[in-house]
Amino acid sequence: MSTRTRRRVEAGSLCMALMILASFASLAHATTAEEDMAWTGGLRSAYFADREIVSDGLITLEAPQRAENAAIVPISIKAGIPQTEDRYIRTIWLFVDKNPGPLVGKFHFTPASGRADLGLRLRVDTYSPVRAIAETNDGALHMSRSFVKASGGCSAPASSDSDAAREELGKMKFLVRKEGVEADSSEVEQSGLAQLMIRHPNRSGLQMDQVTRHYAPAEFVRQVTVSFEGEEIFEAETSFAVSENPSFRFYFAPRRAGQLTAEVLDTEGRQFSETYDVSPLTGEVAARQ
Amino acid sequence: MTAGDRWQLQRLLLYSTILCSWPVLTSADAGLQRIADGVYVRPGRIAVVFEDDSIANLGLVIGSRCAAVIDTGGSVAEGRALYRAIGKLTDVPVCFVINTHVHPDHMLGNKAFQRDHVQFVGHRKLPRAVALRAGTYLQRAAEYSGGVADESQIVLPERTVSGEVQLDLGQRILILRAHATAHTDNDLSIVDPQTGTLFTGDLVFLEHLPVLDGSINGWLGELDQLMGETFERVVPGHGPVLAAWPQAGEPAVRYLTELRESTRTWIARGGDLGEAQERIEVSRPEHWQLIEQYHKRNVAAAFAELEWED
Repeated sequence: MSTRTRRRVEAGSLCMALMILASFASLAHATTAEEDMAWTGGLRSAYFADREIVSDGLITLEAPQRAENAAIVPISIKAGIPQTEDRYIRTIWLFVDKNPGPLVGKFHFTPASGRADLGLRLRVDTYSPVRAIAETNDGALHMSRSFVKASGGCSAPASSDSDAAREELGKMKFLVRKEGVEADSSEVEQSGLAQLMIRHPNRSGLQMDQVTRHYAPAEFVRQVTVSFEGEEIFEAETSFAVSENPSFRFYFAPRRAGQLTAEVLDTEGRQFSETYDVSPLTGEVAARQ
Repeated sequence: MTAGDRWQLQRLLLYSTILCSWPVLTSADAGLQRIADGVYVRPGRIAVVFEDDSIANLGLVIGSRCAAVIDTGGSVAEGRALYRAIGKLTDVPVCFVINTHVHPDHMLGNKAFQRDHVQFVGHRKLPRAVALRAGTYLQRAAEYSGGVADESQIVLPERTVSGEVQLDLGQRILILRAHATAHTDNDLSIVDPQTGTLFTGDLVFLEHLPVLDGSINGWLGELDQLMGETFERVVPGHGPVLAAWPQAGEPAVRYLTELRESTRTWIARGGDLGEAQERIEVSRPEHWQLIEQYHKRNVAAAFAELEWED
């Protein structure tokens, strides 16, 4: 390394250190109150008027602090109570405050869900709070909030191989895994974890074609209904903030052998459906293609 | 924090910003290195896109009538520096600008070469990829430089490649090959048969962790095929500019193969994407730089592809 190069490297390290110091000091300045401006400034009242919302740990939202890929940000919501006939979570709203359309979706659960846990992947357009609000069957609202650093999720295509999603549009895949078979046999322990995957470009309508100067029209999955032997266990009303090839993880409590059915509707009016046979004893799943 | 403290901080930020831009300003004169008869490379450095300049390895092949530029760098300024360096080296005019793929460190310098007699060449899927992504790239570039996104900087390929295309440089033929979805869905590699030189674009990474933005299965397939062929030397998209073949492909193959195996294992166990990103490690971290910046992103891309395997 020449003296000149070394000096340049040293100057580089010094300036990096200074910049890091300076930016940490300025970052410490941003408060939760500032981050929550979009929420407190209108979103909250638009969706919940003056209803009380408590942050009591009934649900826990897990999101990465920094999203490595803003077009696929994995989010999970864990419920602190089991779903019973007496007390259960019936709806979870999910928001990314600063997205062009802040409401990601509304997710409905029933006692047959076993547990109102939910996992999915989102597009996050800029540094933003992400919040989940659960409504229990007594009408109370419970919130969990997280902050995600990501940028460009809504305008960036998720993958550069979007042809693959287009070619197989509407193809679905169910994965079902039985949990807690070694634990005691309470209903909750016997709930199964299901993952429903849908091949769909889930285009946001915010990707501008730099040549034509037009936006590719929005085209996304807007409703997903899953039932077990005719009994509804999970329903999602979703927006384009859900990533390409939407994937939902949720629970259900199969108390007998039966058929799991998913029905999907997109913004073009296309309907797709898929069924799977579930055995409650072994947790084995037979795919019916 | 008092107003005085804040001012001190702003001053610190300003000074450090000035100090940091200095090496960038002087680096644009980085020269072309001759690696074979009529074949030159402007070596890039291992750094993060937008945060730094002069990242990709850029190439130049000179025939008797025409010269071809292979990638133009991450900014118009970088492209201009390359253009000037070429002018000092040869009187043969640049007739072709070949972009190996859509990523900004390889093609945001195109504008510097936009002249009547220059033809821009890329993969048949490059125009679509540019159309969809250039806006985001320019915005990110503007955020880092403190300027505004200038859309006139985007230059699209006029001539696209499916399969193989030959470019005649005068007593020298270049062979351009359009690949299946691999690093991206628009990867092009270039061979100069006269010297046995292969420009891989980002199908090969050395030292810089491979970045997956296309298909992990496709990428391993394309590398497998290329590594069955013989070349005197290869120029990777990132890393040392003179590399032996097929050895130069091996680190990327190892990284991608291990990433694929561990991701498949996670999926088979029913693990979710978030956990996989936290738990899947780089098996030979000593081989790679920029693991922090790109590995988790690669896990996400691999996971989203592989979970659809039957």
